[in-house]
Amino acid sequence: MSDRGEKARTSGRDRPHGNRIGVYICHCGGNISDYVDVERVLEAVKDEPGVAVAKTAMFTCSDATQQEMAEDIREHGLDGLVVASCSPKLHQFTFREVARRAGLNPYQYSQVNIREQCSWAHTDDRAGATDKAIRLVRGGIARTRSSLPLTPLVVDTVPRVLVVGAGVAGLRAALGLAQVGLEVVVVEREAEVGGWVAGLGELYPHGRHGGGLVAGLLDQVRAQPGITLLTGAELVEKSGAFGNFQVEIRQGASRTVRADVGAVIVATGFETYDPPAGEFGRGRPGVVTLPEFQRFLEAGTGALVYEGRPVRSIVYVYCVGSRQGPKAGGGNLYCSRYCCGAAGHLSNRVADRDPAVRQYHLYRDIRTYGNLEAIFTESRNRGSVYIRFDESEPPVVSGDAGAGEPRLKVRVRDLLTAGEELDIRADLVVLVTGMVPRPNEELVRTLKLPVGKDGLFSEIHPKLRPVETVVDGVLICGACQGPKNSSESVASALAAAAQGAAVLKKGYAELDPLVAVVDPERCDDCGQCYPACPFEAIERVPHQGREVASVRRAVCKGCGACVPVCPAAAIDLLGYTDEQIRAMIDGLLKETA
Amino acid sequence: MPDRPDGGGGPEEPRILVFSTNNISDPGIDLAGSSHLHYPPGVVVIGLPCTSGVRPEWVLYAIQRGFDGVFIAADGEECGYLSDCTERSARIFKRAQDLLTEHGLEPRRLKMAAICSVCAEPFVDHIREFSAALAELGPVTAAPVEPGSGGSAPTGLAQVRKGYE
Repeated sequence: MSDRGEKARTSGRDRPHGNRIGVYICHCGGNISDYVDVERVLEAVKDEPGVAVAKTAMFTCSDATQQEMAEDIREHGLDGLVVASCSPKLHQFTFREVARRAGLNPYQYSQVNIREQCSWAHTDDRAGATDKAIRLVRGGIARTRSSLPLTPLVVDTVPRVLVVGAGVAGLRAALGLAQVGLEVVVVEREAEVGGWVAGLGELYPHGRHGGGLVAGLLDQVRAQPGITLLTGAELVEKSGAFGNFQVEIRQGASRTVRADVGAVIVATGFETYDPPAGEFGRGRPGVVTLPEFQRFLEAGTGALVYEGRPVRSIVYVYCVGSRQGPKAGGGNLYCSRYCCGAAGHLSNRVADRDPAVRQYHLYRDIRTYGNLEAIFTESRNRGSVYIRFDESEPPVVSGDAGAGEPRLKVRVRDLLTAGEELDIRADLVVLVTGMVPRPNEELVRTLKLPVGKDGLFSEIHPKLRPVETVVDGVLICGACQGPKNSSESVASALAAAAQGAAVLKKGYAELDPLVAVVDPERCDDCGQCYPACPFEAIERVPHQGREVASVRRAVCKGCGACVPVCPAAAIDLLGYTDEQIRAMIDGLLKETA
Repeated sequence: MPDRPDGGGGPEEPRILVFSTNNISDPGIDLAGSSHLHYPPGVVVIGLPCTSGVRPEWVLYAIQRGFDGVFIAADGEECGYLSDCTERSARIFKRAQDLLTEHGLEPRRLKMAAICSVCAEPFVDHIREFSAALAELGPVTAAPVEPGSGGSAPTGLAQVRKGYE
């Protein structure tokens, strides 16, 4: 891997006439260049017809390289741009903006995916991946060479948002949207709002009760005339497109509510992991999950009594249902983030109630990041004992205790005392259970939500587009996207609200002008395309004394379904024209030697 | 591993053109890469908005120009545009196979399967299977056609350009 610097290498030469295309090939740190010889790709494409500038860069998305591209566009008068880096899902918008800022038509830029669809898919074959990258970049150059300068379509947007889920995230998103003047419809499947937080007691760090927080939020929501809150209700249908969706909500058995909304925010939260019988003694009396333990603590005061028996000793087993790597049998690979802090917090509440209770925390790693560290410190200072175990040898919970002793026994090998095996008697064993996705098949189907391998909803980019999904106008926030504590959920809810408002407050959205067009010279008005368009975007218009088909740009959704039905090959989808596809096919096939 | 005649390092593998769709199957194919699931590097992808927009003539052209096979990674029931995308895609598939047959090419060189946005493993399985089937079928025997043959004349697009401006 040569030339790791931010300063990109230049080659190729300016051409006196014809296309003037800039080609930028990204190392992506090493994500691409560890598996693809990007310098060889540069050598192979720099003299392609129409290429005026060709460079490699460590990160094409970096400010410095974007700046350099913009300078090249102006300096060399480029009329086309090809960036070979990651999936267009990530940076298509970034580079379109670079082109726009520098005065190049953004639709004469092509994104070539040499990461997800090349380097990462062929980590075992450097020569094969390099060869493929060359072909892909040539395909992109061919596409840009036959591209047209286009201007975006402008559509009116509906100033109303549908929020699915009325937990803290959904309620806070609704408030945020209402506060900037957008109407909101909130749909909650349960009869009550507030989700998990509504059932929580004293919360870290301010000691306010979850129920009180939710009640306060609900008061504010009710005070907003622009918010309609529907409980016991579910989204059942969605049609239309970004900026103007038509949604159908079923409330109870008989009521149907219809609304037009510009965007949808999904805040459906999480489920807690429910260990099957036998996992860490689950099923034995006295073995409880984290939410069960929390409710038990919430329900009483003074010394702890569980099922009529005084509690003298508690064992917590961490990472139940989380971080189940290969050594732990596989399953949920992620860390659930909130459980270390929650368990430590509850152990401090136990110490408030009865400082004499012995508390043992069996953990793999403690992840009390940020201010949560104070919980961990307090817990240790108040006598909690932390015992580390290895995931390949988890604690064993049994009822095998002697007469007169607490009824449970936990055997654990303590990694930090040279692997000594300990037997701990316990009145209660708390399984510190993590977060799992909620079953939401119906919603996933209706909204076409992208679901990751872990069953959680996927954003487009964790850093750059953290609340947007691949479905335009459908945003996600809170724990349905990944484990979050309540403050993190609310932060992401406000991010989703801001993102939704950013688009809808303008009152219009710019859509890709990648719509179908009819060449009137070729069209002989055979009539086959009219019924092929379910959006009724094709109309009959007069043209030089006869009638031909014509596409209404604002109505066309750009699917291209009319293209193959035209026997005269008179219809092209802009961005995917017949000429472009054939040129790409040729570019992809050109020998790479 | 024997060297490829074109200088690439892998074994001689069938070249497969995939028509994916930007919102459904392309994310699924991306996910295969993100998950580092390997498939033959002779597979390249052209993304379109919707499977119902694939012109059968493109399938023919791809094979006439040198691809060993075309795989349509279809939207299936997931299509965000058309509720009858599956039926339309099936008609396109049939027309494309007929076109291949008319031109003396094996219709088996075209394959189609619905690939959803998280269908990383199914995609890789289909592609490996198709690649093996194409290897067994051997190379295309017909001589390749000239670039651009059978395509819309560029004049059509010039008209469009004029109309657009």
